[in-house]
Amino acid sequence: MKFAIDIVTVVMVSSGVVFFMAGTVGLLRFPDTLTRLHALTKVDNLGLGLIVFGLLPQAQGLLGALKLLSIWVLVQLSGAIVSQLIAQATQRSGRQT
Amino acid sequence: MTSFLFAAAIFVLVMEALGLVRILRGPADADRILSVQLIGSGGVAVLLLLSAATQTPAIMDVALMLALLATFVSVAFLRDVRPSDEPTNT
Amino acid sequence: MTYDVLFDLGLAGVLIAIAAGAIFARGSFVSLVLFMVYGLLLAIVWVRLSAVDVALTETAIGGGVTGMLLLGAASRLRATKGSAAKAGFPARLAAGALCILVSIALGIVVYALPEVPPTLAPIAKENLASSGLGNPVAGVLFVYRALDTLLEKVVLLLALVGVWSLAQDQAWGGMPGLRVYAKPNSILVFLAQVLPPVGITVGIYMFWAGANRPGGAFQGGTVLAAMWLLVMMARLREVPAIDTLWVRQLLVVGPAIFLLIGLLGFVFADSFLAYPPDHAKPLIVIAEAALTLSIGVTLALLVAGPPERLRQ
Repeated sequence: MKFAIDIVTVVMVSSGVVFFMAGTVGLLRFPDTLTRLHALTKVDNLGLGLIVFGLLPQAQGLLGALKLLSIWVLVQLSGAIVSQLIAQATQRSGRQT
Repeated sequence: MTSFLFAAAIFVLVMEALGLVRILRGPADADRILSVQLIGSGGVAVLLLLSAATQTPAIMDVALMLALLATFVSVAFLRDVRPSDEPTNT
Repeated sequence: MTYDVLFDLGLAGVLIAIAAGAIFARGSFVSLVLFMVYGLLLAIVWVRLSAVDVALTETAIGGGVTGMLLLGAASRLRATKGSAAKAGFPARLAAGALCILVSIALGIVVYALPEVPPTLAPIAKENLASSGLGNPVAGVLFVYRALDTLLEKVVLLLALVGVWSLAQDQAWGGMPGLRVYAKPNSILVFLAQVLPPVGITVGIYMFWAGANRPGGAFQGGTVLAAMWLLVMMARLREVPAIDTLWVRQLLVVGPAIFLLIGLLGFVFADSFLAYPPDHAKPLIVIAEAALTLSIGVTLALLVAGPPERLRQ
């Protein structure tokens, strides 16, 4: 049983880290501020989300699991709003390269 | 499991280090704020992984603070966003 | 090499790179962003050193408040277009040599530390239970070295008065010139309506949890300050004038209650800031609650800066 839980953690956390890599590569290689923003939102949602889901089985008790999930929701929510603000600032200051 | 979690944390840290390049290069100020977002989310991920690796639940509180403060910092910086750096400006 | 050592080495490397970038970057915006990132990542270092309380404070202060203070300073410099004469080469050489010497001295000291450092930590932990607290850091702050904590809070107030004294004479008592968003921004208003309730809950949780786990009045207060600053930046609320009564009351309520509890120590216990045996924890929690409020208001006003214009 413990082995199965560990396998789940390893798979989920690894996938999460892969999305982190995808987002970072996007941040470095995409040509435009807005496209980089698009790549970065994957990090907040899927990257952190998969890591959180992978860590849930290792969490200590219900409270620990709830805290993990609420941290993820907070990062998603604030990340989404700040992304909108960044996009708005980009548009207002003219077309970017 | 502990070793794997540390290894994952190292990987995320390397990703954050790569994101630093965008802070130095990114022509527009908005690009730099994007990198701050990446480093904030990455920092949260590293702290959560460390919390599980060392079985210290208190570290999740640090991750919570980091999430709040990274947002606050981004909003504070967005007051000053200007267009792409002109070649002559510093 | 085990993975945790590898992680620590990687973390150290990244931080040195960020620090170097912040110093050598061209342009104040880049330096500021790198400095903030440095503060945010330094928290991970404190976590690795098993100092979670310090990590919480570093995230809040080093990442948030200090960065905002520097942002304010940078914008004032831009506005005045000050001409800074660059330091001459001999001066820079001397500064570099001094830094290298200090680094070498620190390295020698760290390597020369005894295997078992002399410490009071075990004695401190043994006697912690009699105060009802579970967090050794809270024990040191409020039981063993309570006088230092009281004086720190007074120093914080004095720093605020110092910042206020930078105001021009005719603006005294007016509204601080915190830079806010010029145009009303519905997205930002949404954020300022959604995030502060979460932030206030986290701040209160931090203060409450500080009795038994990492946390405390300072960390909680800083989160409260950050949330209030967010509301003010989004123009949901105006920055209050510094002669407003409720502002002044909130500023002093923390140190005042702490001082009162300390003076009551003469009556109910042995000396100043001594607690009667069974009532130590409730008294400490009351003092911390008041201090959380005061610290929040003080830090937010420190960032807001000196008053610039009178209330209309």
